[in-house]
Amino acid sequence: MKLSTGHSAALDFAPPEPVDMASGKYVRLWQGPQHPGITGNMSLELILDGDTIIDCKTHVGYLHRGFEKLMERRTFIQNFTVVCRIAVPEPTFNEYLYSHAVETLSGIEVPERAIWLRTMNLELMRLASFLMWIGGMSGAFGQYTVPNWTLAYRDFVLDLFEEMTGARIYHMYIVPGGVRAGLPDGFEKRARDIMDGAEKMLDQVERVMFNNTVFKARSKGLGIITPDMIDPYGIVGPNARACGFARDLRKDEPYLAYDQLDFEVITGSDSDAYERAYLRLQETRQCINLIRQCLDKAPTDGPFQADMPNVLHWKIPAGETYVKAECTRGEYGYYMVTDGSELVRRVHVRGPSYTHAIAVMERLAVGCNIADIAGLMVSLHNYPPEIER
Amino acid sequence: MNLKDLLSPFFVWQRAFEKPYTTIRPTLDRPGAPAYRGFHINITETCVGCGSCHEICQNHAIDMVAVEEFQGRRGDSGLRPRFDYGRCCWCGLCVDICTAASLRMSNEYAWISEDPTSFHFTAGVDAKPWQDNELGYRRAEGYHLYPPKRIEMEMLPAAESVKSFDEVVKGYSAEQAKKEADRCVECGICVATCPAHMDVPDYIHSIRDGDYEKGLQLMYRTNPFPATCGRICTRQCETVCPVGILGEPVAIRWLKRFIVDQVDAKDYSRILNDQTGDSGHKIAIIGAGPGGLSAAYYLRKQGHAVTIFESQETAGGMLRYGVPSYRLPDADLDKDINYIVSLGVEVKYNTRVGKDIQFDTLLQEYDAVFLSTGLSVPSNMRIQGEEHPRVLSGLQVLADVASGRDPGIGKKVAVIGGGNVAMDAARVSRRFGADVTILYRRRITDMPADLEEIHESQEEGCVIVEQAIPVEILDIDNVDADNPKQVSIKWGEAEMVNDPTGGRPRPVLQEDRMHVETYDCVISAIGQSSNLDYIPKALQEQLAIEWGKFTPGEYQHTTMQKVFVGGDFANRTADAISAIEDGHHAARGINRFLNPDAYTETDTDTQVN
Repeated sequence: MKLSTGHSAALDFAPPEPVDMASGKYVRLWQGPQHPGITGNMSLELILDGDTIIDCKTHVGYLHRGFEKLMERRTFIQNFTVVCRIAVPEPTFNEYLYSHAVETLSGIEVPERAIWLRTMNLELMRLASFLMWIGGMSGAFGQYTVPNWTLAYRDFVLDLFEEMTGARIYHMYIVPGGVRAGLPDGFEKRARDIMDGAEKMLDQVERVMFNNTVFKARSKGLGIITPDMIDPYGIVGPNARACGFARDLRKDEPYLAYDQLDFEVITGSDSDAYERAYLRLQETRQCINLIRQCLDKAPTDGPFQADMPNVLHWKIPAGETYVKAECTRGEYGYYMVTDGSELVRRVHVRGPSYTHAIAVMERLAVGCNIADIAGLMVSLHNYPPEIER
Repeated sequence: MNLKDLLSPFFVWQRAFEKPYTTIRPTLDRPGAPAYRGFHINITETCVGCGSCHEICQNHAIDMVAVEEFQGRRGDSGLRPRFDYGRCCWCGLCVDICTAASLRMSNEYAWISEDPTSFHFTAGVDAKPWQDNELGYRRAEGYHLYPPKRIEMEMLPAAESVKSFDEVVKGYSAEQAKKEADRCVECGICVATCPAHMDVPDYIHSIRDGDYEKGLQLMYRTNPFPATCGRICTRQCETVCPVGILGEPVAIRWLKRFIVDQVDAKDYSRILNDQTGDSGHKIAIIGAGPGGLSAAYYLRKQGHAVTIFESQETAGGMLRYGVPSYRLPDADLDKDINYIVSLGVEVKYNTRVGKDIQFDTLLQEYDAVFLSTGLSVPSNMRIQGEEHPRVLSGLQVLADVASGRDPGIGKKVAVIGGGNVAMDAARVSRRFGADVTILYRRRITDMPADLEEIHESQEEGCVIVEQAIPVEILDIDNVDADNPKQVSIKWGEAEMVNDPTGGRPRPVLQEDRMHVETYDCVISAIGQSSNLDYIPKALQEQLAIEWGKFTPGEYQHTTMQKVFVGGDFANRTADAISAIEDGHHAARGINRFLNPDAYTETDTDTQVN
């Protein structure tokens, strides 16, 4: 098989030798399902030899809500209130991709102002998501101070969302046709203040969490993703960028206003848990920069919604499309099929956690110390809700 | 390991001296953002109960429930949204779709109650602590979930339209009609308001589906004059359409017209498939106007033999002789009438009851009689000199034009009045090349004429003089005194004086501001009354006629068992659609009268088609 990255596909996919549990040498241990959102709502079935993991099976299904099916029974406008729930910590990407798919199939052109507001909304979401992730990462390695800082700042970002969209978590702001409102008065100043504070806080995080002997000792060399794993496993986002792949949909296939924003794709060299974490820290800073650029450039007047048909009986011509965007974890995609009726025929949501948390996790866990399994899991940045949809 | 990495983490202590992120106040004290999507508020006075919130709610968290206070209001379903907070997800789509902008959300988000039923409430009716909250989510300006503006109707430009009697309104294309039909929110408030209770949302739906035959069938269930009403209906439906509260109402009339225009007259009998049996009963109808023909249609469908007595040489009544063909072309009126007549309705033209056949004879020979002779006598201005030969009646001018006769109006015309007849007479005069001045005693905003007719008459060059009260018609020296060519009118300016009892402002003549102007003719169009001479005096008393008008009973019946009435002289609105409904309703009444055994207390009107 010729791979697009040009790297070797000489990975061993053979099933592991069966473990003789009756021998009494091994212990079977379940990690999860607990703590919702980060590593929770899925579980790992681990076989231990001493404190070393020799086999790992991922189990999902604890959070299956059947969103794709629910959407087949709701009108196009009603679905927009459902999709945000697919990935709880990052609802906005679902809102954007759902809306974008609907707009693509119905031929709606979104006005300029809405494009910028959407871009800013997505970057704020990325920031909130990364801030929560930093907390999870440091917590998984036993540091309980950093999560208090970053989650507090995440809450400040949620304050911004509350102002901008009317809600903190399920914003329901990006709606087919545009967005639901412009920015409230004084938003820009408050947003800039929070960005300044967040930037300062991230410096402190770097000093406390990353320039830290313990963290380095435990995370360096943990869960290395080698370049030859990228294509066979379909690894995307920071997990792939950390081993040198400059893959970022915002640059590769620019959408929304990304072609008008000034930024470079950040890459690393050696995708272990530390490298991935450090790359995400840098991307968090980049995110702040992008939000500032959006605040500078977003038009402050003009329409923020395209001319819409009456959504109460909105029919979309038969067609299919796949739309994608770069979320914090990599390529997030919506495949949508319409049949000309008032209901969507089929939606498939492609979240990067599916590969990262199941196949990649099973491989990386082998040989890992039981104490590091939570840290390994968080270092892949998975959101179980999007695995199960 | 290096020393820096060992020491750096101790930086964490620095934060111990900084201001904490957390607040010491309880979270409940923290107000939501100004546009927070919190608990619902409904301004029930503004709400019309259209139910769009209920329709869009994906959680089925909203039920529309009857609220006593709002029952029976015009343009109001009498229902109000009831929220179930066990189901709501606070998405706010209900607020976005609200046609009246009465629904919004407060920024309050915490509510604790021991009573689970209190989480199920009718906003604005059941008192809630957040009812007076001024903040919270509301739909942003410029954000719409349905198009607020209607699809513009293409019309003949005024410069063109005054040159001929060609229809001014061009009608929608299929694409335009579909787009306009898309704007309907299917609330059905129009159905309740339409005198004939036409299935408006359903026939509009048929346009969206492209199924015009179904649309035609739906229309004929309640109205056998869709081609006519699709052009000249007074469209009370559009005045209550909730889409019109914040935008422009759905163009219901033009959509009706669109459906009819798509179906060829020769396909009517196949599509409508009306069955006409033989019940053995004979009904006489006096007057082949919309009321009489509507009654004839629904009576024929019940199998009764119907004979219409019409004094004119063609059917249509005021639709033919009172509505100019640039608004209602004869071909379209005939499309409606011909289908009704094709069901076996016998029409005796040029037959005037009271002269060619006696009313008593009809009473004896027929099982029931339906009177629908309308208002055919022009009202007098009650000013001196109005019997002058150059003072014409609006109705006569319109009838002359409709019959192809020259109305003989001259080149400079004054029209007195502010109703549709006045506008029509004025616009017809423009088409005969006259300069037209309309004198109206009140303001333009007070005119009973359709707003659109007022605008179009102005566009076509008619000059409207407001607050002008005719005082006297003056004879002037005409060359031929027996056959005068001109007439003068004296009119005075009026001041609008507020009515202390709360009625509409009254025009008061200003004696010191009088004008005299000479015209080739003065057309009086200030109203009309009925001519009931064909009913013998004794019977007139028995029928309890007051001021030439009837006050019919529940099924259009009168104080005489066999006699039913409908149309302009038997209703308040005096328009075509009300006459059509009167005819339909009288048909139900006559049917009940003829078959008393077939009806029980539980029968609904819909069963008696």
